[in-house]
Amino acid sequence: MDTTTVNIIIDGKPYAARHGQTIMQAADEHGFHIPRLCYHPRLSIEGACRVCIVEVEGAKNYVASCAFPVSEGMKIHTNTQEIRRARRDIVELILDNHPDDCHTCERDSNCELQRLAASMGIRNRHFKGEKKHYEKDLSSASVIRDPNKCILCQRCLRICSEVQGVNALSHAFRGFQTVVMPAYNLPFAESVCSTCGQCINVCPTAAFVEKNCTQELFEKLNDPSIIKVVQVAPSVRAAIGEAFALEPGRNMEGQTAAALRRLGFDYVFDTQFSADLTIMEEASEFLERFQNKDRLPLITSCSSAWMKMMEQFHPDFIPNISSCKSPMVMMGTLVKTYFAEKMKIDPAKILSVGCMCCTAKKYEAERPELRVNNMAAVDMVITTRELAWMVKSAGIDFINIHPESFDLPLGLSSGGGAIFGVTGGVMESAIRTAYEMYTGETLVDIEIGALRGFSGIREGKITMDKDEIRVAVAHGLGNASELLDIVRKNPQRYHFIEIMGCPGGCIGGGGQPYAGVNSMPLDENILKKRAEALYSIDRAKTIRRSLDNPDVQRMYKEYLGSPLSQRAHDLLHTHYAPKLPQGILPIESTVK
Amino acid sequence: MNLDATKLSELDAFMAETAHKTNSHSYVIAVLHKAQQLFGYLPREAMDYIAHAMNIPTAHIWGVATFYHFFNLKPVGKHPVSVCMGTACYVKGAKLVLDAIKEELRITIGETTEDGIFTLQETRCIGACGLAPVMMVGDKIYGDITPKKAVKVLAQIRKETV
Amino acid sequence: MAENTTGYRYYLTLCDGPTCMQKASRTMRETLERELARLHLSDKVRILVSGCLGMCQKGPILIVNPGYAMYGRLTEEAVVRIVEEHLFNNRPVLDFIIDEDHLFNKFYRVFGDVNFFGKQMRIALRNCGVIDPESIDDYLCVRGYEALAKVLSVMTPWEVIAEMKKSGLRGRGGAGFATGVKWELTAREKSDVKYVICNADEGDPGAFMDRSAIEGDPHTVIEGIIIGGYAVGARNGIIYIRAEYPLAIKRLERAIAAARAAGLLGQNILGTAFSFDIEIRLGAGAFVCGEETALMHSIEGHRGMPRPRPPYPSASGLFGKPTLINNVETWANVPVIILDGADWFATLGTKTSKGTKVFALAGRVNNTGLIEVPMGTTIRQIVFDIGGGVPDGRRFKAVQIGGPSGGCLPEQYLDTQIDYESLTQAGAFMGSGGMIVMDETSCMVNIARYFLEFTQDESCGKCTPCREGTKRMLEILTRITEGSGTAEDIVRLERLGALIKRASLCGLGQSAPNAVLSTLRHFREEYEEHIQHKRCRAGVCQAMLSYAITDACTGCGACRKACPVNAISGTQKTLHVIDQKACIKCNNCFVTCKFEAITKS
Repeated sequence: MDTTTVNIIIDGKPYAARHGQTIMQAADEHGFHIPRLCYHPRLSIEGACRVCIVEVEGAKNYVASCAFPVSEGMKIHTNTQEIRRARRDIVELILDNHPDDCHTCERDSNCELQRLAASMGIRNRHFKGEKKHYEKDLSSASVIRDPNKCILCQRCLRICSEVQGVNALSHAFRGFQTVVMPAYNLPFAESVCSTCGQCINVCPTAAFVEKNCTQELFEKLNDPSIIKVVQVAPSVRAAIGEAFALEPGRNMEGQTAAALRRLGFDYVFDTQFSADLTIMEEASEFLERFQNKDRLPLITSCSSAWMKMMEQFHPDFIPNISSCKSPMVMMGTLVKTYFAEKMKIDPAKILSVGCMCCTAKKYEAERPELRVNNMAAVDMVITTRELAWMVKSAGIDFINIHPESFDLPLGLSSGGGAIFGVTGGVMESAIRTAYEMYTGETLVDIEIGALRGFSGIREGKITMDKDEIRVAVAHGLGNASELLDIVRKNPQRYHFIEIMGCPGGCIGGGGQPYAGVNSMPLDENILKKRAEALYSIDRAKTIRRSLDNPDVQRMYKEYLGSPLSQRAHDLLHTHYAPKLPQGILPIESTVK
Repeated sequence: MNLDATKLSELDAFMAETAHKTNSHSYVIAVLHKAQQLFGYLPREAMDYIAHAMNIPTAHIWGVATFYHFFNLKPVGKHPVSVCMGTACYVKGAKLVLDAIKEELRITIGETTEDGIFTLQETRCIGACGLAPVMMVGDKIYGDITPKKAVKVLAQIRKETV
Repeated sequence: MAENTTGYRYYLTLCDGPTCMQKASRTMRETLERELARLHLSDKVRILVSGCLGMCQKGPILIVNPGYAMYGRLTEEAVVRIVEEHLFNNRPVLDFIIDEDHLFNKFYRVFGDVNFFGKQMRIALRNCGVIDPESIDDYLCVRGYEALAKVLSVMTPWEVIAEMKKSGLRGRGGAGFATGVKWELTAREKSDVKYVICNADEGDPGAFMDRSAIEGDPHTVIEGIIIGGYAVGARNGIIYIRAEYPLAIKRLERAIAAARAAGLLGQNILGTAFSFDIEIRLGAGAFVCGEETALMHSIEGHRGMPRPRPPYPSASGLFGKPTLINNVETWANVPVIILDGADWFATLGTKTSKGTKVFALAGRVNNTGLIEVPMGTTIRQIVFDIGGGVPDGRRFKAVQIGGPSGGCLPEQYLDTQIDYESLTQAGAFMGSGGMIVMDETSCMVNIARYFLEFTQDESCGKCTPCREGTKRMLEILTRITEGSGTAEDIVRLERLGALIKRASLCGLGQSAPNAVLSTLRHFREEYEEHIQHKRCRAGVCQAMLSYAITDACTGCGACRKACPVNAISGTQKTLHVIDQKACIKCNNCFVTCKFEAITKS
C-alpha cells in the first residue's frame, strides 16, 4: 500500500491522509462519519446514491466521498449548510419514491434508510409525486423480493455477482423504471438464486427479506396436539445477542435454549449434535474414498446455498460431493425416527423446527429427496432474525434470562460440532476425527491454524501416518467457484474440500441479525467476533472431537450401527442432480 | 418456443467470429443486435442461448437487453395497430373498438399476432378528434371507426399482406 | 475534380441528406440516370452523392461541376431540363439555380457562391459534399491522409501532442476539455494496451452533426483517429456509433476497408513501425452512452451506466486500459491542424475557443441545416445572416443551444459569441451543437418540459438526483403547463435543479436541469403567468385554453355536431354555448365554425 502522506483540510482543520485513500476513508479515520448509503466496504464503489457527497474547494460540483481520492492540500467540507441541504434533499427524493409504511415494515427500527432519514432531520416533504408500484415476489422458499422498497443502491446485485458469483440479479430497464430483478423478471424460485440470503444482509431497506414464518410458528406453538421440537444451529448463539444490542461475539447458547422453551418448544436440541454425527459420516466417507482413491477431492455438502449453486453451475462436481445430509436435516431426520421411536411418539405429530443462521435452509427443508417416511425432516425453518423477533414479541427477557441446557439425547455436542459455524470449521472437525479414525492415535494439536482466518481460499496439509492429505477451504460462493476452477485445472491438487456458501461461513449467513446502528452488514470485524465466540465454545469443551461425543456413539450402538451402515445411508445420506433453471441450458457440462 | 435452426446456426457463426477476439464478452451487444436482426426481436430462448454460448449470466443479458431501447423484448408485427384512447375517442366508443380488435386478433395490448402481422397498441390523443373514434394502422388513420369496420379493415390488410 | 475521374465531362453532386432524401433525392437520381442514358451521357457524367450539404430547406440539391452550378428545389421536370440543357447543351438552367452571395471559405471554395455557406467556415465539414464519401481516391485528392503521412514520417508522438496543445482545440462533444492535454495524459500512461475511441453516439433530438460528418467524409474522422492512436501509443481504435445511423455505419465500414486495403490501417502503416486498426461498435439506443464512462461500459458489453471519475479514462478507461475519447467533430479537426498548422488554427476563433463549431440549425428560422462557423461568431450572425432570420415576419424569441443539456437564450443574448465560456456564462452550453430558434409561438415552459422529458426518459437510473429528481421536476413542469402549478413549484424547480446539477454522477444529470434553469432565469414571467393567471402567452399549453362562442354565432349547429363530447348546446338559430367542464379542447368547433364565432384564449 502506498503510505505517502497527503495533507488535507477537513472542515477547516488539517489532517493527514494516505495517498490513494478516498475522502470517505480519510474522513472515517479522523472521526468524520460522512452519511452514506450505497457504499459497502466489501463491494465495488458505485457512487450511485450520492448521499456521501461533500464539497471540495475548486470542484465545480459536489463529489461523492466514497469514490473521490484525496490529494495534497485538498480542502473538504463535510457539513456546510449547503451540503447538508443537498444531502437532505437527496434522501428526501429517495423517500418520495418509497412506501411510507415504516410502521408496518419488517425492517422498522432496523432500517438503514430510516436511520439516514432521521439523521438528515427531514421534517417536511417537498417533492412528492408518482411512486413506483410493483408486485412482491413471494415465490421463493427463502427470499422475498419487494421492488417497491428498493432504493437502487445496488448492494444486492453487487454482492450477488462480486462476492457470491451467482449473478441472479440485474438492473432491468432504466431511469425511473429501473428495477432490480432476476433474468426475465422470473419468479425468484425459478431463477438461479442460490437462496443464500446475502442480498438480505446487505439490503439497507426491506427490498429483500426472508420468507417469514413466525406467525405460522406462533400458531403451531399454541397447538397442544403438536409436539414441538426445535434445533439451534451453532452460529445462531454466536450472533443473536446482536439483535438485542449486545456486543457482537457474545455466546448466547444457554439463553437461546431457555428462550425457546419459553416460546413453547417441548424439546430443544442442538444442531451441533448432528454436526458431530455429520463428521462421523463424512470423515468415514472421506477415508473410504481416500483409501480407494475414489471420487476425490471429496467436497462437503452442509451448506444448502452451495448445494443449489453446485447443482446449477457445477454439476460436473456432483460425484465429488459428500452424500451426507446437512446437520440440520440429519437432526430433523433423527427427530422423526430415532427420537420418535425412543420416546414412543407418533412422528406425524412432531413439528420439527430449525432455528438457523441461514435462509437457504428454508429452501433445503422443502427439497423432496430429503423427506423421511414421507414426512419433511424439518417442517419449518426460522432465521436468527426471526427467532430474535419472536423472543421480543413474546416478551421474553432474553438478556437476563437464566441460561439452560439443551435436551438429551440430541443436545450434547463436542467442540468440533460448535466450530461448524465458521469457515474452515467443518474441515478442522473432520480432520480431528478422521485423524484418529485413520491412525488410531489422537491428534494433539487440534487447532489447525492454516484453516482458520478469513482469506477467501485457504489450503492445508495434514500427515496421517505416512499419507499426506491436502485440503482446501473456501467461503462465499464466488470463492467456491474459483476453487473449483483450480480443481478443474488440477484435479489431483486436493483430497478434501470444505465449501461454505456465505462469507465467513454460517456465522455470516443470510439469516443473521441486521447490522446495528454503528456497523455495516458483513463487517469483517463482527464476523471475527462471531467466529471467536464459536472457537471459545470449542475451547471450553472437554470433548473436542466429534468422535468422542458419547451420545453420538450411543446412537450408533443403539440405532445406526456404524458410520456408513445401511441404516446410516438410508437416513443420513442423500444424492444430488443437475438443476436447470431458466438460463442454464441442458448442455453437457461447463467443463470442456 | 423453439428457435429456427437455420437462424440459430447463423447466430452461432456470428458468435464464433467474436469468440476468439480479446474481451470476447464485450461483443454481447453486437450479438444481441444480430439476434434481433435474425428473429425480429429478442426471444427469451435466444437470450438464454447467447448467455450459455458466451458464458455470460442471463441476468446480465437481460439487464443489457432492457437498458437499450433498440432491443425489442416482444415480437413486433408488420403493421402496428393503435387505437386512440384520447378523451374524444374514448367517449365515442374506442373501448368497444379495442375490445373487438383484441377478440379478432386474439392478442392484448403490446402483443403481436402469431403470424407476425399485427402488433396492438394504445395511443394517447393523436389530434384527430373530429374523426373520433380513430384507429391507426401504420401511418394510416381510419376515422369514425366502429368495431365492425375495424375488424373489416384488419381482415383486408391481412389478406393483402399474406 | 478528382484526377482519377478525368474523362468525365461533368461531375454531379446529389445531396443525400435526410431532408433531401425525404424530398425524393433518390427518385431524382433515378430520373437523372434515366435521362442521362436517354441522351447517351451516362459515361460522360459522374454522379457523386454527398452527405447533408446543410441546405435542407432548398432541397433536393444538385451541384454541377465544373462551373459550380447549384440547383435547388429539384423536381422531375427540373432534372429533365438540367440534363437536356446543361449537361447536353452546356447551358445552365437559370430557373433552378440557387445563387447567392460571396464567401471567404478556405477549404470550401467549391461551394463559395451561396450566402448560406458564405458566412461559414468549414473545417470539420470541409469535404462534405465536395467528395464522394465512398471513394478513398476522392479523399486522397483533397490531401487526404497527407496529415497521417506527415505525422508518421516527420513527427514524434510528442510533437503531435505539442501541436494539438498549441492549436487550442477543445473537445467538441460538449464540455470543451483541451484536446491536446487529454492526449498528453493518455500518452503519459504506461501500458501495453491503450485504446482510442471515437464517440459517434450522437443522441440529441434534432442534432445530426456527427452523422452528416461521417456520411459526408468518413476518412477524415478515420485519419484523425489514426493520428490520435499514433500520438498516445495505441494500436486499437474503436468507433462507437448509434445503430440508428445505418448509412453512416456503412460508409465507415467501407472507408475502413478501403483504408486497410491502402495500407493506411493495419500492420506497419505506410511502411512504418506503427500498427493500428479500427473497429466499429454499435450503440443500441441510449442517449447516456454519449457520456464517456457509460460509452465505455457499453463497449464492454454492459448497461451504459456511468461510473464516478477519477479514475479518468486516460488512466483507466476501456477494459481498464488508458483510453483516449474524442467525438467525431474533434477528430475531424485533427488532420487540418496537422496540415495547416496549429499556429494557423489558433488564429481562428476567440481567446479561449479556437477553430470552428458545427451546429444543426433548426426551428423557426428561414434556412435550416448544418452549419459550421468560426468560434466567436455571434448568435445573431448565425440566426439572421446564415439562418436568414425568423420566417413569416414573426419575432425572434429565443434560441436553444446545446440540446437537452443546453439552455435557452433570449433576445438580449443575441450578441453572445459562440465560445465555451460565453455560452456557459449566459446559461446555455456548447453541447454537441443543436441550435433551435424559437419565435413567439413557442411556450418556454413547454420547451423546458420537452427537453426535461427527454433527459428524464434517458436517465440511466443509477444516481438518485437524476433518476428521482428529474422525475419530480417533470411532474412539476407538467402540472404548471396543465394549469395546476403553484408559486412554490418555482422554488421547488430551482431547488431540485440546483441539486441535480451539482450532485449528479455524470454529465447527463449535471446538465439535465439546464433547460429549466435557463428558462426560469430568462423567461420567469412565463412560468408566473402559467401559475398565477393560468395563461400561456404562446397559446401552446392546451389546458390553459378556453373556447367560447361570441355573438357572431348564427346558431347553425355545425359546432354542436362537430363536438365529440357533446359539450356544445343550443337550439337552431340561437346562440350556442360551450360547457367548459365538458370541453376537451379538441379544437373541432373552432375549425368547423364558418362565422369565426368561436374564440380561444
